Amino acid sequence: MEFVSLISLWMIPSLIGFILLYGTYKRVPTYESFVEGGKEGISIAFSIIPFLIGMLVAISVFRASGALEYFMGFLKPFLDFVGVPSEVAPLAIIRPISGNAALGMTSDLIATYGPDSYIGRLAATIQGSTDTTLYVLTVYFGAVGIRKMGDALKVGLLADLVGFIVAIVVVTLFFGK
Amino acid sequence: MVNLIWVFMTVIGIVFAMFNGTMDEVNKAIFSGAKEAVTICIGLISVLVFWLGMMKIAEEAGLLKKFTALFRPLVTKLFPEVPKNHPAMGYILSNMMANLFGLGNAATPLGIKAMEELKKLNGGKSTASNSMITFLALNTSSVTLIPTTVIAIRMNYHSASPTDIVGPTLIATIFSAIAGISIDRFFYYRRLKKGG
Repeated sequence: MEFVSLISLWMIPSLIGFILLYGTYKRVPTYESFVEGGKEGISIAFSIIPFLIGMLVAISVFRASGALEYFMGFLKPFLDFVGVPSEVAPLAIIRPISGNAALGMTSDLIATYGPDSYIGRLAATIQGSTDTTLYVLTVYFGAVGIRKMGDALKVGLLADLVGFIVAIVVVTLFFGK
Repeated sequence: MVNLIWVFMTVIGIVFAMFNGTMDEVNKAIFSGAKEAVTICIGLISVLVFWLGMMKIAEEAGLLKKFTALFRPLVTKLFPEVPKNHPAMGYILSNMMANLFGLGNAATPLGIKAMEELKKLNGGKSTASNSMITFLALNTSSVTLIPTTVIAIRMNYHSASPTDIVGPTLIATIFSAIAGISIDRFFYYRRLKKGG
Protein backbone atom coordinates (compact mmCIF):
# COMPACT_ATOMS: atom_id res chain seq x y z
CA MET A 1 0.00 0.00 0.00
CA GLU A 2 3.02 2.28 0.52
CA PHE A 3 3.55 2.12 -3.21
CA VAL A 4 0.04 3.40 -3.83
CA SER A 5 0.43 6.34 -1.47
CA LEU A 6 3.79 7.12 -3.07
CA ILE A 7 2.13 7.28 -6.48
CA SER A 8 -0.60 9.61 -5.28
CA LEU A 9 2.02 11.83 -3.66
CA TRP A 10 3.99 12.15 -6.90
CA MET A 11 1.06 12.36 -9.26
CA ILE A 12 0.18 16.06 -9.12
CA PRO A 13 3.72 17.49 -9.14
CA SER A 14 4.74 15.19 -12.01
CA LEU A 15 1.62 16.09 -13.97
CA ILE A 16 2.35 19.80 -13.55
CA GLY A 17 6.00 19.32 -14.51
CA PHE A 18 5.01 17.36 -17.58
CA ILE A 19 2.45 19.92 -18.76
CA LEU A 20 4.95 22.77 -18.33
CA LEU A 21 7.80 20.98 -20.12
CA TYR A 22 5.58 19.81 -22.95
CA GLY A 23 4.09 23.32 -23.29
CA THR A 24 7.56 24.84 -23.49
CA TYR A 25 8.60 22.25 -26.07
CA LYS A 26 5.54 23.13 -28.18
CA ARG A 27 6.41 26.85 -27.81
CA VAL A 28 3.24 27.73 -25.90
CA PRO A 29 3.53 31.06 -24.02
CA THR A 30 3.12 29.06 -20.80
CA TYR A 31 2.83 31.77 -18.18
CA GLU A 32 0.51 33.92 -20.25
CA SER A 33 -1.71 30.94 -21.11
CA PHE A 34 -1.83 29.96 -17.45
CA VAL A 35 -3.00 33.45 -16.44
CA GLU A 36 -5.51 33.59 -19.26
CA GLY A 37 -6.99 30.19 -18.43
CA GLY A 38 -6.96 30.92 -14.71
CA LYS A 39 -9.02 34.09 -15.11
CA GLU A 40 -11.97 31.96 -16.12
CA GLY A 41 -11.81 30.18 -12.77
CA ILE A 42 -12.66 33.35 -10.86
CA SER A 43 -15.86 34.01 -12.76
CA ILE A 44 -16.88 30.36 -12.53
CA ALA A 45 -16.40 30.30 -8.75
CA PHE A 46 -18.50 33.44 -8.34
CA SER A 47 -21.23 32.24 -10.64
CA ILE A 48 -21.74 29.13 -8.48
CA ILE A 49 -22.35 31.12 -5.28
CA PRO A 50 -26.12 31.79 -5.69
CA PHE A 51 -26.81 28.16 -6.65
CA LEU A 52 -24.92 26.83 -3.69
CA ILE A 53 -26.38 29.33 -1.21
CA GLY A 54 -29.89 28.40 -2.31
CA MET A 55 -29.24 24.70 -1.98
CA LEU A 56 -27.26 24.77 1.26
CA VAL A 57 -29.72 27.07 3.06
CA ALA A 58 -32.60 24.74 2.15
CA ILE A 59 -30.62 21.69 3.33
CA SER A 60 -29.54 23.40 6.57
CA VAL A 61 -33.11 24.47 7.38
CA PHE A 62 -34.42 21.01 6.62
CA ARG A 63 -31.78 19.44 8.85
CA ALA A 64 -31.84 21.93 11.73
CA SER A 65 -35.63 21.84 12.06
CA GLY A 66 -35.55 18.11 12.76
CA ALA A 67 -37.51 17.37 9.58
CA LEU A 68 -34.67 15.32 8.10
CA GLU A 69 -34.59 13.04 11.10
CA TYR A 70 -38.37 12.65 10.93
CA PHE A 71 -38.34 11.69 7.26
CA MET A 72 -35.50 9.28 7.86
CA GLY A 73 -37.93 7.42 10.07
CA PHE A 74 -40.10 6.83 6.99
CA LEU A 75 -37.21 5.71 4.82
CA LYS A 76 -35.71 3.42 7.43
CA PRO A 77 -38.09 0.48 6.99
CA PHE A 78 -37.26 0.54 3.29
CA LEU A 79 -33.51 0.64 3.97
CA ASP A 80 -33.93 -2.12 6.56
CA PHE A 81 -35.68 -4.12 3.90
CA VAL A 82 -32.81 -3.85 1.40
CA GLY A 83 -30.41 -4.79 4.20
CA VAL A 84 -28.87 -1.49 5.29
CA PRO A 85 -27.93 -1.89 8.98
CA SER A 86 -29.81 0.62 11.11
CA GLU A 87 -26.56 2.23 12.33
CA VAL A 88 -25.54 3.33 8.85
CA ALA A 89 -29.05 4.06 7.52
CA PRO A 90 -28.81 7.78 8.40
CA LEU A 91 -25.46 7.95 6.59
CA ALA A 92 -26.95 6.36 3.49
CA ILE A 93 -29.70 8.98 3.48
CA ILE A 94 -27.46 11.98 4.11
CA ARG A 95 -24.62 10.92 1.77
CA PRO A 96 -26.19 12.24 -1.48
CA ILE A 97 -27.51 15.39 0.22
CA SER A 98 -24.68 16.90 2.22
CA GLY A 99 -20.99 16.03 1.89
CA ASN A 100 -19.92 17.70 5.14
CA ALA A 101 -22.70 16.12 7.19
CA ALA A 102 -21.87 12.71 5.71
CA LEU A 103 -18.18 13.11 6.48
CA GLY A 104 -19.05 14.05 10.04
CA MET A 105 -21.32 11.03 10.36
CA THR A 106 -18.68 8.69 8.94
CA SER A 107 -16.07 9.95 11.42
CA ASP A 108 -18.60 9.57 14.19
CA LEU A 109 -19.48 5.99 13.21
CA ILE A 110 -15.79 5.08 12.93
CA ALA A 111 -15.08 6.66 16.32
CA THR A 112 -18.03 4.90 17.99
CA TYR A 113 -17.71 1.42 16.49
CA GLY A 114 -13.97 1.41 15.75
CA PRO A 115 -12.32 1.64 12.31
CA ASP A 116 -11.94 -2.12 11.95
CA SER A 117 -15.50 -3.04 12.94
CA TYR A 118 -18.16 -4.07 10.43
CA ILE A 119 -20.03 -0.78 10.87
CA GLY A 120 -16.82 1.26 10.71
CA ARG A 121 -15.71 -0.39 7.49
CA LEU A 122 -19.16 -0.14 5.95
CA ALA A 123 -19.37 3.58 6.76
CA ALA A 124 -15.92 4.13 5.23
CA THR A 125 -16.85 2.23 2.08
CA ILE A 126 -20.14 4.09 1.66
CA GLN A 127 -18.39 7.41 2.20
CA GLY A 128 -15.64 6.58 -0.27
CA SER A 129 -17.61 4.94 -3.05
CA THR A 130 -20.15 7.65 -3.87
CA ASP A 131 -20.16 11.41 -4.18
CA THR A 132 -22.56 14.06 -2.89
CA THR A 133 -25.03 13.87 -5.78
CA LEU A 134 -26.93 17.05 -4.92
CA TYR A 135 -23.71 19.06 -4.60
CA VAL A 136 -22.29 17.75 -7.87
CA LEU A 137 -25.52 18.61 -9.68
CA THR A 138 -25.71 22.07 -8.10
CA VAL A 139 -22.11 22.99 -8.88
CA TYR A 140 -21.90 21.56 -12.41
CA PHE A 141 -25.30 22.72 -13.60
CA GLY A 142 -24.98 26.00 -11.70
CA ALA A 143 -21.60 26.87 -13.19
CA VAL A 144 -22.94 26.77 -16.73
CA GLY A 145 -26.45 28.04 -15.98
CA ILE A 146 -28.52 24.93 -16.64
CA ARG A 147 -31.93 25.35 -15.03
CA LYS A 148 -33.75 22.23 -16.19
CA MET A 149 -31.88 19.19 -14.88
CA GLY A 150 -33.96 16.57 -16.71
CA ASP A 151 -33.53 13.07 -15.34
CA ALA A 152 -30.11 13.82 -13.80
CA LEU A 153 -31.26 13.80 -10.16
CA LYS A 154 -33.22 10.57 -10.52
CA VAL A 155 -30.31 8.84 -12.23
CA GLY A 156 -27.84 10.05 -9.60
CA LEU A 157 -29.93 8.99 -6.61
CA LEU A 158 -30.79 5.56 -8.02
CA ALA A 159 -27.10 4.95 -8.74
CA ASP A 160 -26.31 5.93 -5.14
CA LEU A 161 -28.82 3.38 -3.85
CA VAL A 162 -27.19 0.63 -5.93
CA GLY A 163 -23.81 1.79 -4.61
CA PHE A 164 -24.95 1.42 -0.98
CA ILE A 165 -26.31 -2.06 -1.54
CA VAL A 166 -23.14 -3.16 -3.30
CA ALA A 167 -21.05 -1.63 -0.48
CA ILE A 168 -22.96 -3.70 2.08
CA VAL A 169 -22.61 -6.91 0.06
CA VAL A 170 -18.90 -6.39 -0.64
CA VAL A 171 -17.96 -5.41 2.91
CA THR A 172 -19.85 -8.44 4.25
CA LEU A 173 -18.10 -10.74 1.75
CA PHE A 174 -14.64 -9.27 2.40
CA PHE A 175 -14.66 -8.95 6.16
CA GLY A 176 -17.74 -10.83 7.41
CA LYS A 177 -20.16 -9.31 9.88
CA MET B 1 -38.26 19.15 -10.17
CA VAL B 2 -35.41 21.12 -8.55
CA ASN B 3 -37.80 23.95 -7.79
CA LEU B 4 -40.17 21.57 -6.04
CA ILE B 5 -37.46 19.87 -4.00
CA TRP B 6 -36.01 23.21 -3.01
CA VAL B 7 -39.32 24.68 -1.84
CA PHE B 8 -40.23 21.39 -0.18
CA MET B 9 -37.08 21.26 1.95
CA THR B 10 -37.31 24.89 3.03
CA VAL B 11 -41.05 25.10 3.70
CA ILE B 12 -41.33 21.71 5.37
CA GLY B 13 -38.32 22.66 7.49
CA ILE B 14 -39.99 25.88 8.62
CA VAL B 15 -43.35 24.21 9.30
CA PHE B 16 -41.56 21.47 11.18
CA ALA B 17 -39.71 24.01 13.31
CA MET B 18 -43.08 25.49 14.37
CA PHE B 19 -44.23 22.22 15.88
CA ASN B 20 -40.85 20.96 16.94
CA GLY B 21 -39.75 24.10 18.78
CA THR B 22 -36.61 24.34 16.69
CA MET B 23 -37.23 27.83 15.26
CA ASP B 24 -34.05 29.07 16.89
CA GLU B 25 -31.94 26.39 15.17
CA VAL B 26 -33.65 27.15 11.85
CA ASN B 27 -32.81 30.84 12.17
CA LYS B 28 -29.19 30.00 12.72
CA ALA B 29 -29.23 27.40 9.95
CA ILE B 30 -30.36 29.94 7.34
CA PHE B 31 -27.29 32.07 7.80
CA SER B 32 -24.79 29.34 8.57
CA GLY B 33 -25.92 27.54 5.39
CA ALA B 34 -25.43 30.68 3.31
CA LYS B 35 -22.05 31.28 4.89
CA GLU B 36 -20.94 27.71 4.25
CA ALA B 37 -21.87 28.08 0.56
CA VAL B 38 -19.73 31.20 0.19
CA THR B 39 -16.84 29.55 2.05
CA ILE B 40 -16.98 26.59 -0.34
CA CYS B 41 -16.99 28.87 -3.39
CA ILE B 42 -14.12 31.00 -2.12
CA GLY B 43 -12.21 27.78 -1.47
CA LEU B 44 -12.95 26.72 -5.03
CA ILE B 45 -11.37 29.87 -6.50
CA SER B 46 -7.79 28.75 -5.82
CA VAL B 47 -8.35 25.28 -7.27
CA LEU B 48 -10.33 26.53 -10.26
CA VAL B 49 -7.80 29.21 -11.18
CA PHE B 50 -4.83 26.89 -10.81
CA TRP B 51 -6.18 23.90 -12.73
CA LEU B 52 -7.92 25.89 -15.45
CA GLY B 53 -4.62 27.75 -15.96
CA MET B 54 -2.73 24.46 -16.24
CA MET B 55 -5.33 22.98 -18.54
CA LYS B 56 -5.11 26.02 -20.82
CA ILE B 57 -1.41 25.26 -21.34
CA ALA B 58 -2.21 21.58 -21.94
CA GLU B 59 -4.88 22.56 -24.42
CA GLU B 60 -2.69 24.97 -26.36
CA ALA B 61 0.16 22.49 -26.45
CA GLY B 62 -2.18 19.91 -28.02
CA LEU B 63 -1.90 17.58 -25.01
CA LEU B 64 -5.63 17.44 -24.47
CA LYS B 65 -6.20 16.30 -28.07
CA LYS B 66 -3.56 13.57 -27.82
CA PHE B 67 -4.98 12.38 -24.55
CA THR B 68 -8.48 12.28 -26.03
CA ALA B 69 -7.30 10.24 -29.02
CA LEU B 70 -5.76 7.70 -26.66
CA PHE B 71 -8.90 6.94 -24.68
CA ARG B 72 -11.53 7.83 -27.23
CA PRO B 73 -12.85 4.33 -27.93
CA LEU B 74 -13.88 4.08 -24.28
CA VAL B 75 -16.14 7.09 -24.24
CA THR B 76 -17.56 7.56 -27.74
CA LYS B 77 -20.17 4.90 -26.97
CA LEU B 78 -21.19 6.70 -23.79
CA PHE B 79 -21.47 10.08 -25.49
CA PRO B 80 -22.86 9.41 -28.99
CA GLU B 81 -23.95 13.04 -29.34
CA VAL B 82 -20.47 14.49 -28.85
CA PRO B 83 -18.41 14.75 -32.09
CA LYS B 84 -15.19 12.74 -31.89
CA ASN B 85 -12.75 15.63 -32.01
CA HIS B 86 -14.75 18.07 -29.94
CA PRO B 87 -12.92 19.63 -26.95
CA ALA B 88 -15.77 18.40 -24.71
CA MET B 89 -14.41 14.87 -25.16
CA GLY B 90 -10.99 15.95 -23.86
CA TYR B 91 -12.45 17.58 -20.77
CA ILE B 92 -14.79 14.67 -20.03
CA LEU B 93 -11.85 12.27 -20.19
CA SER B 94 -9.55 14.45 -18.10
CA ASN B 95 -12.31 14.80 -15.51
CA MET B 96 -12.75 11.02 -15.38
CA MET B 97 -9.00 10.51 -14.98
CA ALA B 98 -8.80 13.13 -12.22
CA ASN B 99 -11.65 11.40 -10.37
CA LEU B 100 -10.05 8.01 -10.85
CA PHE B 101 -6.79 9.12 -9.29
CA GLY B 102 -8.54 10.91 -6.45
CA LEU B 103 -7.52 14.40 -7.62
CA GLY B 104 -10.89 15.73 -6.53
CA ASN B 105 -9.85 19.35 -6.68
CA ALA B 106 -8.68 18.99 -10.27
CA ALA B 107 -11.79 17.05 -11.25
CA THR B 108 -14.24 19.86 -10.49
CA PRO B 109 -12.69 22.53 -12.78
CA LEU B 110 -12.34 19.98 -15.59
CA GLY B 111 -15.92 18.85 -15.10
CA ILE B 112 -17.18 22.43 -15.26
CA LYS B 113 -15.22 22.97 -18.50
CA ALA B 114 -16.75 19.79 -19.90
CA MET B 115 -20.23 21.05 -19.00
CA GLU B 116 -19.46 24.37 -20.71
CA GLU B 117 -18.49 22.59 -23.92
CA LEU B 118 -21.54 20.33 -23.72
CA LYS B 119 -23.73 23.41 -23.33
CA LYS B 120 -22.20 24.91 -26.49
CA LEU B 121 -22.97 21.64 -28.29
CA ASN B 122 -26.54 21.90 -27.10
CA GLY B 123 -26.95 25.34 -28.69
CA GLY B 124 -26.47 27.19 -25.38
CA LYS B 125 -29.87 26.10 -24.05
CA SER B 126 -30.50 26.16 -20.30
CA THR B 127 -31.91 22.61 -20.40
CA ALA B 128 -29.75 19.59 -19.58
CA SER B 129 -28.78 17.61 -22.69
CA ASN B 130 -28.52 13.81 -22.85
CA SER B 131 -24.73 13.98 -22.74
CA MET B 132 -24.81 16.21 -19.67
CA ILE B 133 -26.97 13.75 -17.78
CA THR B 134 -24.67 10.86 -18.71
CA PHE B 135 -21.67 12.91 -17.64
CA LEU B 136 -23.22 13.72 -14.27
CA ALA B 137 -24.24 10.10 -13.74
CA LEU B 138 -20.56 9.22 -14.12
CA ASN B 139 -19.52 11.99 -11.78
CA THR B 140 -21.94 11.37 -8.94
CA SER B 141 -20.79 7.77 -8.72
CA SER B 142 -17.18 9.04 -8.93
CA VAL B 143 -14.99 6.02 -9.58
CA THR B 144 -11.94 6.39 -7.33
CA LEU B 145 -8.83 4.24 -6.99
CA ILE B 146 -7.77 5.63 -3.63
CA PRO B 147 -10.36 7.20 -1.30
CA THR B 148 -7.85 9.45 0.47
CA THR B 149 -10.19 11.25 2.88
CA VAL B 150 -11.62 8.01 4.23
CA ILE B 151 -8.16 6.49 4.64
CA ALA B 152 -7.10 9.60 6.58
CA ILE B 153 -10.09 9.24 8.96
CA ARG B 154 -9.31 5.56 9.50
CA MET B 155 -5.69 6.43 10.30
CA ASN B 156 -6.89 9.02 12.80
CA TYR B 157 -8.80 6.36 14.68
CA HIS B 158 -5.82 3.98 14.67
CA SER B 159 -7.09 1.36 12.27
CA ALA B 160 -4.88 -1.74 12.10
CA SER B 161 -4.85 -1.41 8.33
CA PRO B 162 -6.32 1.90 7.16
CA THR B 163 -6.17 0.98 3.48
CA ASP B 164 -7.96 -2.39 3.64
CA ILE B 165 -11.20 -0.76 2.48
CA VAL B 166 -9.61 0.28 -0.82
CA GLY B 167 -10.61 -2.94 -2.59
CA PRO B 168 -14.23 -3.01 -1.39
CA THR B 169 -14.60 0.71 -2.12
CA LEU B 170 -13.32 0.23 -5.66
CA ILE B 171 -15.74 -2.63 -6.30
CA ALA B 172 -18.68 -0.68 -4.83
CA THR B 173 -17.83 2.44 -6.81
CA ILE B 174 -17.46 0.49 -10.08
CA PHE B 175 -20.84 -1.14 -9.54
CA SER B 176 -22.50 2.18 -8.75
CA ALA B 177 -20.92 3.68 -11.88
CA ILE B 178 -22.20 0.78 -13.99
CA ALA B 179 -25.61 1.19 -12.36
CA GLY B 180 -25.46 4.94 -13.01
CA ILE B 181 -24.74 4.40 -16.69
CA SER B 182 -27.40 1.70 -17.09
CA ILE B 183 -30.04 3.81 -15.34
CA ASP B 184 -28.98 6.77 -17.45
CA ARG B 185 -29.35 4.68 -20.63
CA PHE B 186 -32.80 3.57 -19.51
CA PHE B 187 -34.01 7.15 -19.17
CA TYR B 188 -32.08 8.13 -22.31
CA TYR B 189 -33.92 5.65 -24.53
CA ARG B 190 -37.18 6.58 -22.86
CA ARG B 191 -36.58 10.24 -23.78
CA LEU B 192 -35.67 9.24 -27.34
CA LYS B 193 -38.95 7.36 -27.65
CA LYS B 194 -40.85 10.40 -26.44
CA GLY B 195 -38.99 12.36 -29.10
CA GLY B 196 -37.11 14.49 -26.54
